[in-house]
Amino acid sequence: MKITGAQAMIKCLEEQGVEVIFGFPGGVVIDIFDELLRHENLTHVLVRHEQAAVHAADAYARVKGTVGVALVTSGPGATNTVTGIASAYLDSIPIVVFTGQVPTALIGNDAFQEVDIVGITRPCTKHNYLVKNPADLVPTIREAFYIARSGRPGPVLIDLPKDISVAKIKYPPLKPVQMRTYKPTYEPHPGQIEKACKAILKAQRPVIYAGGGVISADANKELTELATKLSIPVTMTLMGLGGFPGTHKLSMGMLGMHGTYCSNMAMRESDVIVAVGARFDDRITGRLDAFAPHAKIIHIDIDPTSISKNVPVDIPIVADCKHALTGMNTWFDRNSDFNKVSQGKKTEPWRKQIKEWEKKHPLTYKKEKGIIKPQFVVQKLYELTKGEAIITTEVGQNQMWAAQFYKFNNPRAFMTSGGLGVMGYGFPAAIGAQMAAPDRTVIDIAGDGSIQMNIQELATARQQKCPVKIAILNNGYLGMVRQWQELFYEKRYSGTNIEVAPNFVALAEAYGAVGLRATKPSEVEPVIKKALATDNTVIMDFVIAREEGVFPMVPAGKATTEMLLA
Amino acid sequence: MKHTLSVLLQNKPGVLSRVTGLFSGRGFNIESLSVNETLDPGISCLVLVTSGDSTIIEQITKQLHKLIDVIKVSDMNEVDYVEREMAIIRVKAEANTRAEVLRIADIFRGKVVDVSPKSYALEVTGAADKIQAVIDILRPIGIQEIVRTGTIAIARAKKK
Ligand SMILES: Cc1ncc(C[n+]2csc(CCOP(=O)(O)OP(=O)(O)O)c2C)c(N)n1
Ligand SMILES: [Mg+2]
Repeated sequence: MKITGAQAMIKCLEEQGVEVIFGFPGGVVIDIFDELLRHENLTHVLVRHEQAAVHAADAYARVKGTVGVALVTSGPGATNTVTGIASAYLDSIPIVVFTGQVPTALIGNDAFQEVDIVGITRPCTKHNYLVKNPADLVPTIREAFYIARSGRPGPVLIDLPKDISVAKIKYPPLKPVQMRTYKPTYEPHPGQIEKACKAILKAQRPVIYAGGGVISADANKELTELATKLSIPVTMTLMGLGGFPGTHKLSMGMLGMHGTYCSNMAMRESDVIVAVGARFDDRITGRLDAFAPHAKIIHIDIDPTSISKNVPVDIPIVADCKHALTGMNTWFDRNSDFNKVSQGKKTEPWRKQIKEWEKKHPLTYKKEKGIIKPQFVVQKLYELTKGEAIITTEVGQNQMWAAQFYKFNNPRAFMTSGGLGVMGYGFPAAIGAQMAAPDRTVIDIAGDGSIQMNIQELATARQQKCPVKIAILNNGYLGMVRQWQELFYEKRYSGTNIEVAPNFVALAEAYGAVGLRATKPSEVEPVIKKALATDNTVIMDFVIAREEGVFPMVPAGKATTEMLLA
Repeated sequence: MKHTLSVLLQNKPGVLSRVTGLFSGRGFNIESLSVNETLDPGISCLVLVTSGDSTIIEQITKQLHKLIDVIKVSDMNEVDYVEREMAIIRVKAEANTRAEVLRIADIFRGKVVDVSPKSYALEVTGAADKIQAVIDILRPIGIQEIVRTGTIAIARAKKK
């Protein structure tokens, strides 16, 4: 029996386990939307801007550990997805984006709403396809899901000409995807595991530096086992937060530009660094020639291009983090030279040193009477949600305060646009996260600037009855840029004053959501409590100290030990 | 240092632009490039000359591998190999230089592929340095036009 391309596509999505699609329609995808109506198990979330569909699919994928899906029309629908795709690419998030395309016969004719989206997204997708032959449709979708979720995950785009969705095809039987060219390496080389373990045994000042790979490989348990077995302190990248319990006594918190003093000092003084699913980007290393000068570097990553790209690596291990860490844990369990107690004793002075650094310059901020400090808001959010909320962030100071002051004990609870740093990510991401975890509390920790980049999604949240909470840290500035101007441009605040802003409480109400405001520290807790008790989308507008800075801070291009502390 | 990379690719639309986009996007340079079908029409072979220190070449090789449509990448510098380019050179050939041009063509085992009363077009093949030598020697006589292919390369078979 033959079915239409649109029917085959939806059937294939169901076959791939898709439950939620984030989308926005247009002329060339009406057939697909028409078919969606007939599938009650497939929830379609109608966004109000295509960028939001992709961010929502991204966060949905992160929370669920599956592939997120977005569906948009050709031309402007397709170009609107580019920022979301680029963000997912840099953060290695598995999503499949379907874009409609003009009929194959018109491709190349500058037809109405035609763009070469495959050409446009080639450098920011893991792979992409233009389906030209109806028979290729289903195999292409299967391959796209496989590529998106396997190896180092990433976004895959499928461009679907209108005639493909109306063509009649035979639905091909399901077979495992077999590719001639693409075969990611999951298993570590045993020799490399042994080398790494021996180096760790010899270390006096070991550090684990964990990134987003730990989370995408679901390797948090294995990482915790390794760290505790050998008493190795752990620092995390922004993307790695939650990969190791943030309240664990071995956790040093985040490292890098706005990382903790002790993390950056520990990296500097370490003799063996175990990098797990992290990629040594410039926000972590600071000035390269001053980065970790004494350390032997062990690097576990599934993507060989990440290894020795910025920093030369002594012991590379190309593998899935979970497999590699399991290999290491097993090696230690079986090795008679390894004794947990004596190993822990040997590195005790090192942990003492780290505690001293931590005591000397803890993460902190100055309280000011009558003025709400953003760090205080994040701490209160942490307390009142018992650390169990899913947190998304926008970009800027709000993002860094969230990362510093909310402690994540579990993976898949913190979603942020790490690599691309997209203002406007957090709110659609919160909607995506809420769709993936309807029973969890989801909070977007937002800036007053960023929230305005996708504020239209209030309508989406209302339509889906998503009770997400938005906590705006409202400083009337594009605060992070203002901070750079304060520190490095003699306070010339060019283009960063955004005092002219909507009344966020009234704005929330205009959308049928709830708006709450706090202007004094004493109002913070009641506002949060009220928001958490509200079964509706809520904006909390926290009017905060206007010129508060994020510290510690490593100025761009400086060594990570040259931290500004206040 | 110069490196000659031989890359086997799926013979599909857009694959070449994935490769060239990778080079331009990451700031690697391409000095020459040549692509054609292999024995298997589903696979094409792309030979590419690039330059950089060993970390850059390593990164280029890994990045190429990462492209979904790339089957195999070989750095020819790591093996014994033969490389060839072809050039067609139109050179001024008037009464007083016609014989000289033919002699030069002969020395380099070139062929005359087009003749006019005032010029010869010579076809020359060889490694890049040989092509350069021909060009250098013909230049004083008066080169009017040159077209050159990219380099192609093949690893030498193992001799027991
Ligand atoms: C789309 C986009 N445009 C510009 C930037 C550059 N940028 C980074 S942080 C920032 C300020 C963000 O302001 P706000 O959302 O109010 O956050 P704050 O830093 O004040 O907490 C800007 C403009 C960006 N990251 N993303
Ligand atoms: Mg702001």
